[in-house]
Amino acid sequence: MIKIVKRDQPSRAIFFFTPVLAIFLTLVAGGLIFFILGFKPFEALKFFFIVPIADKYGFSELLLKATPLCLIAIGLSFCFKSNNWNIGAEGQLTFGAIVSGGVALLFYEQEGFYILPTVILAGAIGGMLYASIPAILKTYFNTNEILVSLMLVYVSKLILDYLVVGPWSNPEGFNFPETRQFSDSAKLPLLFEGLRIHAGIFLALAAVVISWFVFYKTYLGFQMKVSGFSLKTAKYAGYKGKKMIILVFLISGACAGLAGVGEITGPIGQLHREISPDYGFTAIIVAFLGRLHPVGIIFASLVVAITYLGAETAQIFMQIPKYTGQVFQGMILFFLLASDYLLFFKIKFIGLKK
Amino acid sequence: MHKFLIRSFVSSLVLLFTLTVAAVAKDVKAAFVYIGPTGDHGWTYQHDVGRKAVEAAGFKTTYVEGVPESADAERVLRQLANSGHDVIFTTSFGYMNPTNKVAKEFPNVKFEHATGYKREHPNVSTYAARFYEGRTILGTIAGTMTKSNVIGYVASFPIPEVIRGINSFTLAAQKVNPNIKTKIVWAFTWYDPGKEAEAAKALIDQGADVIAQHTDSTAIVQMAEKAGVYAFGQASDMDKFAPKAVLTSVENNWGPYYVDRVKAVANGTWSQKDTWHGIGDGMVVISDLDSQMPADLRSKVKKLQADLASGKVHSFTGPIYDQKGNLMVAEGKTADDGMLAGMMTYVKGVEGDIPK
Repeated sequence: MIKIVKRDQPSRAIFFFTPVLAIFLTLVAGGLIFFILGFKPFEALKFFFIVPIADKYGFSELLLKATPLCLIAIGLSFCFKSNNWNIGAEGQLTFGAIVSGGVALLFYEQEGFYILPTVILAGAIGGMLYASIPAILKTYFNTNEILVSLMLVYVSKLILDYLVVGPWSNPEGFNFPETRQFSDSAKLPLLFEGLRIHAGIFLALAAVVISWFVFYKTYLGFQMKVSGFSLKTAKYAGYKGKKMIILVFLISGACAGLAGVGEITGPIGQLHREISPDYGFTAIIVAFLGRLHPVGIIFASLVVAITYLGAETAQIFMQIPKYTGQVFQGMILFFLLASDYLLFFKIKFIGLKK
Repeated sequence: MHKFLIRSFVSSLVLLFTLTVAAVAKDVKAAFVYIGPTGDHGWTYQHDVGRKAVEAAGFKTTYVEGVPESADAERVLRQLANSGHDVIFTTSFGYMNPTNKVAKEFPNVKFEHATGYKREHPNVSTYAARFYEGRTILGTIAGTMTKSNVIGYVASFPIPEVIRGINSFTLAAQKVNPNIKTKIVWAFTWYDPGKEAEAAKALIDQGADVIAQHTDSTAIVQMAEKAGVYAFGQASDMDKFAPKAVLTSVENNWGPYYVDRVKAVANGTWSQKDTWHGIGDGMVVISDLDSQMPADLRSKVKKLQADLASGKVHSFTGPIYDQKGNLMVAEGKTADDGMLAGMMTYVKGVEGDIPK
């Protein structure tokens, strides 16, 4: 007989085991889906998860793809750890990209060592400004940050649309919705000749280190943790909740803004309507799959990044519809949430003795 | 006995031919990069119909659908170029810069970019269709069929391609009905059924009884069907989605061009080109004309179609005036391709301003 028993305390081992379990279950379910669709499951999984990163170029593309996901997820973990549900990282990314792209266009065809740092800083500030809206509305007007941050995503995309169609569109570009290409002085340097991986990866790594330090070595990190467990306790302990809420939103916004900077001053090199394939939303999966832990998020961003690359390879070589990549992302989150049940409950097998 | 000999001779010829085709097929591989899903029944769907024509001609093809115009496009292109494809068709404007970037790294691979204007390397060609010729036909039909004299037009982005379509449509409608007005709603999307349906609804509410579209989904014709007004299909024959509303469709027919270009690669005769084909070359096709249209209109349209194909009629024949009444094209003259490519002003009779 199987019996389900509530745990006295969430198990720490299980806490880090369930993401692995979720990935494993995703692979099994994915293989099953491939099989039902009429593809050889092992071959399909190979093209999905191994072939895309089998060479140097592929691996560099994996890092390129994981960089914005990691950066945003690190930022989000500040919010999520402290019970602040910032769902609008995509909007903060977009707004950061707008501000930073505007600065880059301002410096069009100019040289100077100060240009790139200014462009990067502008992106971080843009993201922070945009994240401050749901934060301030939440702290002073008690609004729901999920709704506000989510709806602001669409606002930011419309602002971007307006700018690239109208005032910022390339004067030589026949009015197509895109800006000029940024000058090299405003672009992130490439790390290797012939590969697209750029200096933005250092921003992501810095974010990882800083977040680890803040989470586990500072008073702020402790406050966030306590607020995450229980808001009442935090209040009782006398923490100034408002300040912390605004701070975590600002950090989160800055990270998302920097991710936007990495895209437009890295591989894209200009502003247009599609600067992000919804990194801001996918990063939510990454943050939870990584258990809101800096190191976990590194691994999670790599796993999720590969679902993007794998979907392309699988379509090119096996004619598997590319949208299966999104199915995989959905399944990872689904299995993760489902297996989190094990955090609070354990399954006991009881013998059928009389 | 003779018959038998002839028959076996013919069949061996056929066999030989098939073998040759098969041998060619082994040599050249074409790849297609799509912005949307192949099942969108609009832009991507028609490109995929073209790809199937290439397959039917005996060549191997690969496609990748739903490739965003973000940083991902470049990776997909590089992967296709790296995996033995000889010619790559990139079928959305936003692939322009990645196409030229990757083309530089793979000088032996041919790149064909749809609707763009950059050919930075000798292995990049561009191609587009003269959809405005189709819109001359639609304008003629709309001007005749409208009773309210208000024609709605759902536009996507204020680029010359779209402005040209609006103008060509309005000019043709005015020719048959000087009292018509064209009302525009900018959807700022190529494909978003929700937004498109809303735009169509707004136009119908403003009294439009014929709706034209320069976006790709079937939402507009379906909305027209519900409201009991006329509409035109875009990119593919959309009659089956709204049998009462759709009077005809302008189909994008890429197949012949694709087959041509892939064959040129196979024969080693491919060279850089900027192609702009219309009704005459079969890149723009008018679907069956609905029987709700009066017989004389149908025959008039057929003749117009033939004249556009032969070049006897040009969509932009003067005198053409802009909204302020300034002369754009003088009497007896036609607009040249340079003017068409950069067209950014409305002609007289279009309501509103181009969004800036």
